[in-house]
Amino acid sequence: MSRNKQEEDPRINGIKTKIRVVPDFPKKGIMFQDITTVLLDPKAFKDTIDLFVERYRDKNISVVAGIEARGFLFGPPIALAIGAKFVPLRKPKKLPGETIFEEYELEYGNDRLEMHVGAVEAGDRALVVDDLIATGGTLCAAINLLERVGAEVVECACVIELPELKGRQRLKGKPLCMLVEYR
Amino acid sequence: MINMCKKKRHQGRCVYYSGVEKALITALINYRSVSKIITFLFPFFLRSQNPNNMQSIVSSYHLCLPPPPPVLRHRLICQSLPPIRLPSRRSPTSLRLFPCAAVSRESEMAAAAKEDGQDPRIPKIASSIRVIPDFPKPGIMFQDITTLLLDTEAFKDTIDIFVERYKGKGISVVAGVEARGFIFGPPIALAIGAKFVPMRKPKKLPGKVISEEYSLEYGTDKIEMHVGAVEPGERAIIIDDLIATGGTLAAAIRLLERVGVKIVECACVIELPELNGREKLGEAPLFILVTSDAA
Repeated sequence: MSRNKQEEDPRINGIKTKIRVVPDFPKKGIMFQDITTVLLDPKAFKDTIDLFVERYRDKNISVVAGIEARGFLFGPPIALAIGAKFVPLRKPKKLPGETIFEEYELEYGNDRLEMHVGAVEAGDRALVVDDLIATGGTLCAAINLLERVGAEVVECACVIELPELKGRQRLKGKPLCMLVEYR
Repeated sequence: MINMCKKKRHQGRCVYYSGVEKALITALINYRSVSKIITFLFPFFLRSQNPNNMQSIVSSYHLCLPPPPPVLRHRLICQSLPPIRLPSRRSPTSLRLFPCAAVSRESEMAAAAKEDGQDPRIPKIASSIRVIPDFPKPGIMFQDITTLLLDTEAFKDTIDIFVERYKGKGISVVAGVEARGFIFGPPIALAIGAKFVPMRKPKKLPGKVISEEYSLEYGTDKIEMHVGAVEPGERAIIIDDLIATGGTLAAAIRLLERVGVKIVECACVIELPELNGREKLGEAPLFILVTSDAA
């Protein structure tokens, strides 16, 4: 398996056609991949979740970590279906309890991702979920956070990959599963 | 008993106790008063040692006080899941508050809930919610649902209760308010076959949006929804983790009603009833699982 993509599955095309591309958002030159239109189609949304659940249900995953905010749309349904706990990874000052954080780079400056202390235990097998992987900075921060508390990151799962931004190479060797590529 | 009027004989004459002397003598007899005097005088004593440290000394003294009593966790709403009637508002008398004084009584509560014919899943859901004092600012008791999400059974039960309530009711839209509404809304939408519509803070949604302003304690904020996400005549529920003042939910209701959607119900895991959020919802009913004291 050189590429973890569900190439043969007929549901993929249905999902791909539902993704709306919005030009010049949030700034000029960016072709924004809008997944809200997938959520408006109950079949496409269900197929998206089913594809991930089928992949992970027998992998003994105990934690699904979702990255704020669009990771919250896909992570919980996957977690519920595979019997894993859901751990939100959030922007600074959103989580009320004691947190640990990991910094990552933006185009200009840095940002932070936080996780509650005690949410994940050493030995947990974790899946990291987000709607899209671009440069991979956020996912890399998420992997770092989970590994710092002793969890094993099994895979990263995204609906969309922007392969030209080479985010896959920033995942510390962890595999990436995505459904749709946008070139 | 000391004669408070007479002190001693001084050079053969009676000298009476002054007022201050009487007070001091009374205080010396009374142990509590002694400690109060010491309590009162102690900071001043230390101040005389270092006048600049008065404030920090008083503060550190307060830190020596015993910790506050345990927070009353949750009063449970036990409901027999009445059918949805439109338009209707849940009558306060239909709510039965189930006192919940300690997490360890969960199994007792479940048994009692079952006896009353109430949903036995509610006590476990309530006890899985963590209360964080003084977040985001002093005086607020923050209801943290992230601990519920770590309990796979409690999270599943939460979703199941909502799904059982809304399945087969012709609901085509589940609207969830950013960001914790995104955690509960999609699983419900998927299970009942409805679309999920995210309602977001400004400038997050990439397409054309409509927005609605609402009041905060200081100032205002906005929530936005994509144009075309919903159509006139659709039946919607609005999901959030918690209702406090009701400002956000009321804005969500207005947004949806502006485009011709019918709000069947608002659904939250937690209500802070002292903040009267329910009153802001107009005709829209509110369904909740757990109530909690605001502060």
